[in-house]
Amino acid sequence: MTTGHTKILAIGRNEEIMTVMQRLLNAPEDWSGQAVTTDEAAYEALQAGAYDIILLCAGITAEEETALRERLSALAPAAIITRHYGGGSGLLRNEILFLLEKK
Amino acid sequence: MFQQMKRTMAKTILHKAATRGHAAHGWLDSHHSFSFAGYYNPDRMSFGALRVLNDDIVAGGRGFDTHPHDNMEIISIPLEGDLEHKDNLGNKIIIKQGDIQVMSTGTGVFHSEYNANPDRPAKFLQIWVFPNQLNVQPRYDQITPDLTQKNQLHQVLSPYPDDAGTWIYQAAWFNLGRFDKDFATTYHIQKPGNGVYAFVIKGRFDINGQELAARDGFGIWDTDSISLTALESDAEILLMDVPLKP
Repeated sequence: MTTGHTKILAIGRNEEIMTVMQRLLNAPEDWSGQAVTTDEAAYEALQAGAYDIILLCAGITAEEETALRERLSALAPAAIITRHYGGGSGLLRNEILFLLEKK
Repeated sequence: MFQQMKRTMAKTILHKAATRGHAAHGWLDSHHSFSFAGYYNPDRMSFGALRVLNDDIVAGGRGFDTHPHDNMEIISIPLEGDLEHKDNLGNKIIIKQGDIQVMSTGTGVFHSEYNANPDRPAKFLQIWVFPNQLNVQPRYDQITPDLTQKNQLHQVLSPYPDDAGTWIYQAAWFNLGRFDKDFATTYHIQKPGNGVYAFVIKGRFDINGQELAARDGFGIWDTDSISLTALESDAEILLMDVPLKP
């Protein structure tokens, strides 16, 4: 299991939910993160710094996901890229722990 | 002979009530059958598409402030008391014992759930199922199924708007039943690749030879049907027939 600080990037289309995600990603002491609503903002974030986990949130279509995963993998080959379900409330903490344990 | 073989091949997982995660927040006392919030158990992340089964008690007048969800089918089943639901779809409604509430959260919903009574707790099951379609237009539904007939399973949820009960975006079927002691029945799994997660609401049951007490959970898969016998009068059970691979 990975320990230490975890950096998380979340990409979704619902601005209000991503505002909540921004707060949730930066609430635990051992996490920091950024929540963005456009692919371009995600690419800029990855060019500016490394992330351990990339969450694909609501609003991203299956077609967009394919292209997005390809580009994200190229920019951040070590990052775990996964779909996030639920909107943050309730599941985010243990979903991240599960991913880190599997890493 | 074939049925016997099918039964012996069934796979099962038992979650005794006392092994569930527990959160006591004062206003909320919750038991989690699967990992949720501060409860993390990597061996209990889901039963297929069934991701959350919370057994919640909300203190009088208290509740969940407005918060978001997306891409999740959320089913609430009040067991005692009343909840006041509000959401950004414009719904403001009371959910009472005997109702089934469904939210397909899709592209995103903000909602709150409060105990509508200031002087007594509200008890309800909060169930989350992974959807089979992403980014659907959010929808809210609430039904009051007729559950008065004892000794039979009542379908309260399915994938189909024109079938009994309410519906969600998933190949899932939920059945509720209240039984007399020693009444036995068989439940046939609705779709190949599905399994059943049985949750005992009240009393005791025997399912395929496994004795279950109140609030025990029992997952069964790789079988076509399950055999269920009530071991007490007025025993109540919820069967959740869900895809094993969401």
